[in-house]
Amino acid sequence: MMKEILWLGRGGQGAFTAAKLLGAAYAAKSEDAYSLAFPSFGPERRGAPVRAFTKLDAKPILDRSETELADYIVILDETLYSDGLQKLLKPGGQIIVNTRTKKPDWKAFDGDTLAKSLRLPVVNTVMLGALSGVSGVVSVSDLETAIEGYLAPKIREKNKLAVAQAAKEAAV
Amino acid sequence: MKQYLSGDEAFAAGIRLARPEVVSAYPITPQTIVVERLSDMVEDGSLDAEFIHVESEHSALSCAIGASAAGVRTFTATSSQGLLYMAEGLVYASGGRFPIVMMNANRSTALPWNIYGDQRDSLALLDTGWIQAYAENAQEALDLALLSYYIAEHKDVSTPFMVNLDGFILTHTYEEVDVPEQADADKFLPHYETENCFDFEHPKNMAFSAGPDTNYIFKYKEHAALLRAIPVITEAEQKFAEIFGRQYTGLIDTYKTEDADYILITLGTIAGLSREIADKLRAEGKKVGVLRIRYLRPFPTEEISAAVKNAKAVAVLEKDISFGNAGTVFTNVTSALQAAGLNIPAYNFIGGLGGRNISHADITDIFEKTEHGTERVNFIGIEVQK
Repeated sequence: MMKEILWLGRGGQGAFTAAKLLGAAYAAKSEDAYSLAFPSFGPERRGAPVRAFTKLDAKPILDRSETELADYIVILDETLYSDGLQKLLKPGGQIIVNTRTKKPDWKAFDGDTLAKSLRLPVVNTVMLGALSGVSGVVSVSDLETAIEGYLAPKIREKNKLAVAQAAKEAAV
Repeated sequence: MKQYLSGDEAFAAGIRLARPEVVSAYPITPQTIVVERLSDMVEDGSLDAEFIHVESEHSALSCAIGASAAGVRTFTATSSQGLLYMAEGLVYASGGRFPIVMMNANRSTALPWNIYGDQRDSLALLDTGWIQAYAENAQEALDLALLSYYIAEHKDVSTPFMVNLDGFILTHTYEEVDVPEQADADKFLPHYETENCFDFEHPKNMAFSAGPDTNYIFKYKEHAALLRAIPVITEAEQKFAEIFGRQYTGLIDTYKTEDADYILITLGTIAGLSREIADKLRAEGKKVGVLRIRYLRPFPTEEISAAVKNAKAVAVLEKDISFGNAGTVFTNVTSALQAAGLNIPAYNFIGGLGGRNISHADITDIFEKTEHGTERVNFIGIEVQK
């Protein structure tokens, strides 16, 4: 069954980069792994709410429309959460929020603190690691390979550390 | 080598493999990042081409025409209003028989201003004498970058080639793409050689006037060359399959049409979702199929009528409207049905204008309406009061 991940962030936070790294990591796993990653379409503005989508499946993905129901919603900025998002989840789906506030509505993950400790200016790869830890849709080593392939050389090591540490913390 | 690329990036990768010697482009909205990537490649030395930044799309195409007249392989890209601004140049390129390749990101046209995807830009310019192909995914887009030069530059064709990618849905979506090796690309696509160019050793008149006594002969020759592209497309795809292992299917691509009662005819990325819905309806016992038009020019007149001849009704889904009539693809399709003497009901569905999503329910509804009969022209999402 296709897994669909909806990313919510603000322009400049790298939500689409996270969506893309997830797609690349999954597609590189095997011959029978397919993915699409795309931003919410339209003009780009720094600070404005942005959505990004990753679709993962064992067969080629023909449906290129925006996700209507997600398996996971990953929120990079807590202020973007609204109760309406619960209706966008498939049964058994989960919302992962970058926050210290624990609530029954979501799985809280303190991405800011971890990003700060690693001297990362944005939380996108930290939250990507958290998704891996919570969901297991891709492994940390698959994500590390994608980072190796698609991030600039000087930021690779820090981001590999970020996904590994976040995945470990989130899995607890 | 497998890479995770957007449609734009995949196309740029294909163009690099085709080794154009001149790329001219206007880099501002509604341009897409395909020319940014090519600019990067020229800068890092991985593409040995002259990259010419110009002040408008009109100049971008004019520049490409000039470069092509100098006898070199030439590329440009645009979208939406930019393509419309090129309109004058389009007929200069086709009339001059310059085999320029252009990527167009299919996006809406003003007003109201909108940069989202639909197919009104290229379909409005269907009659300018260019070959027009429509890709469904990033792999096909990359492969068309190579195929387009082979077909356009073939001595029987010598016609410019517009490759269309659905704006955002294809241009901005990332997926895994197999990027061929340069050695294989070189085997497929030899260096461009032409006599249709300026030559100091053998001076000749180019881009001349032709009065009423001869003009019609030039126009007939343009028409004949576009029809001769049909066997060349087959030849190119066979050679492509031998080298790269991917076989394309000419002017159209059919899915479960052989025994289908109801066939949805469409183009571009929405064909994927259409096939998925066809499978669902097949599971419920409905005999439905999907026909994707890959080339609008030359038009697959015979291919379409052969594929739908046993159907009870057909639907044409397109992201454009020729105001005051019907969708442009629809009128082309019904003309093909008429030419084959096929008197089957045909319904037009206009959707996705200005980037509006075409949903699962919309496609299911199209099949439903095609089975039970509906208006000749239907706007998805708008119920017309009678």
